[in-house]
Amino acid sequence: MTIAKKQQEIIEEFALFEDWMDKYQHLIEMGKSLPLIEPNLKTDDRLIKGCQSKVWLHADLEENKVIFTADSDAIITKGIVAVLIRVFSNQTPEEIVQAKMDFIDQIGLKEHLSPTRANGLVSMIKQMKLYAVAFQAQLKS
Amino acid sequence: MRKTMTLDVQTIRKDFPILSREVNGHRLVYLDNAATSQKPQAVIDCIVDYYSRYNANIHRGVHSLSQEATDAYESARKKIRDHFNIKHSEEVILTSGTTHGINLVAHGFGTLLSQGDEVLVSAMEHHSNIVPWQMLCERTGAQLKVIPMNEEGVLILSEYDKLLSERTKLVFVNHISNALGTINPIATIIEKAHDRGAAVLVDGAQACSHIRPDLQALDVDFYVTSAHKMCGPTGVGMLYGKRSWLEQLPPYQGGGEMIKEVSFEKTTYADLPHKFEAGTPNICGGIAFGAAIDYLQEIGFEAIEAYEQELLEYATEQLLQIEGLKIYGTGKDKTSVVSFNIEGIHPYDIGTIVDKLGIAVRTGHHCAQPIMDFYKIPGTVRASFAFYNTKEEVDQLVAAVKKAKMMLA
Repeated sequence: MTIAKKQQEIIEEFALFEDWMDKYQHLIEMGKSLPLIEPNLKTDDRLIKGCQSKVWLHADLEENKVIFTADSDAIITKGIVAVLIRVFSNQTPEEIVQAKMDFIDQIGLKEHLSPTRANGLVSMIKQMKLYAVAFQAQLKS
Repeated sequence: MRKTMTLDVQTIRKDFPILSREVNGHRLVYLDNAATSQKPQAVIDCIVDYYSRYNANIHRGVHSLSQEATDAYESARKKIRDHFNIKHSEEVILTSGTTHGINLVAHGFGTLLSQGDEVLVSAMEHHSNIVPWQMLCERTGAQLKVIPMNEEGVLILSEYDKLLSERTKLVFVNHISNALGTINPIATIIEKAHDRGAAVLVDGAQACSHIRPDLQALDVDFYVTSAHKMCGPTGVGMLYGKRSWLEQLPPYQGGGEMIKEVSFEKTTYADLPHKFEAGTPNICGGIAFGAAIDYLQEIGFEAIEAYEQELLEYATEQLLQIEGLKIYGTGKDKTSVVSFNIEGIHPYDIGTIVDKLGIAVRTGHHCAQPIMDFYKIPGTVRASFAFYNTKEEVDQLVAAVKKAKMMLA
């Protein structure tokens, strides 16, 4: 499935919930299915800066596709990373680098995240794209 | 005049236009007063009035507008002097805020300290209070030592006694901890420091919205605070310094206003307070700081203190009924700040849900990471109450925290 299709799928899923509480409940549920980072990879250099909670992110390249794993000490943050991983994992570096991110607005996540929190979200996306750029360079060399 | 021991909160709330707005479909419950206070109409009007009627640069123009603005600015300085029971107007330096005041003193001590001297700071300081002293010590070769606190979030005075010596030149402590709400025993701290010949700088940023310190009675050497925590605007604050100290310290910034005579060979500095007030100050802010003090005095600090203590007791009691909730900062001398966590839940998660319910609290380390390290926690949820908050708002907070717990546990 392409990134755009996955994003559409997530938009439709969130649209099912009218109430913000249900949206958050869904986000929390998604956090529970987050592909967890290996405990020994939870090192400071894998921490994403700009988040109020701790977020560790790791990426591997398998058969030209990027596989992300992550963890967070906050459950809502875990949900947010899980959404991003669902979109980005198992895609080629090129697709990740080029992906548009406006689906965040459409599921109503960003509008509910204050600037400091949104920064965390923006930093996560940035970090994922940086991994993709690095793998892209690696593949070309 | 409303100066009575009791306080009519419903009438007071009408003075604050922001309190009637909605956030996320709920009426705002503003419990982040330790970060900044809301502004009463009187202060807002004062700002509008200044810019609509007599905006001019001060201390230089001979024209009437400049005279009016200068008079208003200097009258604000006198209000601040009287409010804090300061002896001389020139001991009141108007700054851009607490951080500016601290840096000014730290910079000045750069010329007074040398290798082997010691600076003591408390374990419950705000980041902005630790960094300037680290920089000062790096510059001078002096040593920075920390007065520890106990599990209740109270400074251990017996340890302070041990740290004090003839090497101690400066003691720095906050009047009230922003993260815990603990009121530090500054009178004792000052007296003991003076016995050893050390100067004391007290950070009153968190204190001055709750209590009215008498700076002459305290005999403190320096005291700093910000207007925005006490119903005034951001970007303005006070540095009090004993005249003898301020005369010893070199100017902090060069510029207009702070000079007497300038030639290319030598500049002589202006007298106090202008020596420390380089450039065009925050004129409107200074005047509005005065208006904020008028407003607070009209309500009366006795009434404010009594009412806020009632809110604190009520909030503490109600929050503790939530299973798994732990409060940090449990000393007996506290202002209306409740810093807490719920077992197994990240403070960020609670803050997010509570915000969705229209309640503004602060989450995180409150710029006091050493305190969080002490308790081995990533941060806390902090509800800080002002005299315009109500018990109903405490109930709303408790209900919201319960809801968050249900969703997150």
